[in-house]
Amino acid sequence: MQLKKPKTIRGALATATCALLGTHVTQPAVAASTLSDWNMNSAVLFYSEQDRVTAIEPVVNVRHALGDDEFVDYKFVVDVLSGASPNGAVPSDVPQTFSGPSGQSSYTVGANKTPLDPTFEDTRLAANVLWEKPRSRNLKTLLGASFSTETDYLSFGGSASMTYDMNNKNTTLTASAALNLDTVSPIGGAPQALSEVSSTSTGGESEGEGEGGGGGGGETKTVTDLLFGVTQILSRQTLTQLNYSVGNSNGYLTDPYKLLSVVQADGSLASGTGSNPYKYLYEKRPDTRTRQSLYWKINHQFTDDVVYLTYRYYWDDWDVKSHTVDLRYRYQLGKHRYLQPHARFYRQTAANFYRYFLVDGEPLPQYASADYRLGDLTTTTFGLLYGVDIDKYSNFNFRVEAMKQSGDSHPAQAVGKLQNYDLFPSVNAIILQASYNYKF
Amino acid sequence: MRHLLLWVLLLPIFCLSACSLERVKPWERDLLAEQKMQLTPDPIESALDEHIYFSKEASSGGAGVGGGGCGCN
Repeated sequence: MQLKKPKTIRGALATATCALLGTHVTQPAVAASTLSDWNMNSAVLFYSEQDRVTAIEPVVNVRHALGDDEFVDYKFVVDVLSGASPNGAVPSDVPQTFSGPSGQSSYTVGANKTPLDPTFEDTRLAANVLWEKPRSRNLKTLLGASFSTETDYLSFGGSASMTYDMNNKNTTLTASAALNLDTVSPIGGAPQALSEVSSTSTGGESEGEGEGGGGGGGETKTVTDLLFGVTQILSRQTLTQLNYSVGNSNGYLTDPYKLLSVVQADGSLASGTGSNPYKYLYEKRPDTRTRQSLYWKINHQFTDDVVYLTYRYYWDDWDVKSHTVDLRYRYQLGKHRYLQPHARFYRQTAANFYRYFLVDGEPLPQYASADYRLGDLTTTTFGLLYGVDIDKYSNFNFRVEAMKQSGDSHPAQAVGKLQNYDLFPSVNAIILQASYNYKF
Repeated sequence: MRHLLLWVLLLPIFCLSACSLERVKPWERDLLAEQKMQLTPDPIESALDEHIYFSKEASSGGAGVGGGGCGCN
């Protein structure tokens, strides 16, 4: 019998095992995953908010085994977004008209409605490469590069990680660093922060933006991240991890499409000074942000079932602090099928410059944003995943999740008529995902 | 700064307690070697979740670094 030369030591061991067991190599007795050179993971995500944004996101990740524990991952993502997004303005008892980002189109929001910008539409393309290579018996490096592009945003990134095994591979230390160089090219140009919105244009203070955005020039943003972690095997069935991360963002961190309403003391909209009947200002965020987090994870296997629990404490110098708890339970329905319920709870405090609105005549703050994602916010998610092994080379899973975001709908700061409105309407979303994984 | 101090205190305690644990021998790693027992058993699902919450919340990161930037937040 002529045997092909195995590519890896693991392959050689598998071949030797097969020979000892008297099993033919073409029908190996070992798991298929240990012999596969290529592994493809794919998924399609459908995310839809009630009356707001919808996203469809196909992803493909191909993992190629180059040698013993050496892999290269190639990942491609397409993200198609459309729908309506809150522009930051408050509801009012009169209809409100806003110009779209290009200044060419406008939209009118009816009286007593939360202003949503219906012109939101974008497609994002992203590609990542990750090279994982053992450098010695205990040391491994991972080098990554990423690229993503959308109409008004371009990002180049690189990352490097090192893992070191100790205590007979019961403990692993991790150190990682990443750098992203991003360019923001707002459609119509970056507006002058905290300037009044005119009905025909978006201001355009800065130099170099193309008319349609996405072209050359634009504002820049640099994001750096460092992570230090310890992974520990606690028992034959339990694994835990603790990470500390610190990151910094520098540059244009403002959302060029978000506004703030300026209201009078009775809660009615202040009059605009230009062609716009009402007064709105473009938001302004600090141009630097330092983020830190502690992240803890534990995986424990019962007889067959597995429980996954993570907790993250996050804090930054915008005064956002958050707690995140994520719990999944993989319930085996047999050897090849499982159900996995999922619950996630997230709570954050507001950034120190978050405002529901600004009051006419009061001094302008240095920074201000009415983006609800920077407010006091709670997110809860419940979901269920069903997974099945089709054969030893492929498996399929499908999940359904419901997400709800809520905040303070009637804040103490609400003045006059604004006390009658829901200033933080809940966001309800469904998440559907189908995944197919194939080893070849 | 207070949190950094907490971390500096926690890390040695974590390592010391880890060293005092009974070591799991290489031939006892059968369960830990299963895909479902990896730290990230389904990397695509985790990446998609991170992307959703990155675009809808003010916090991000913790589990790892790298990946593409996004204008969604």
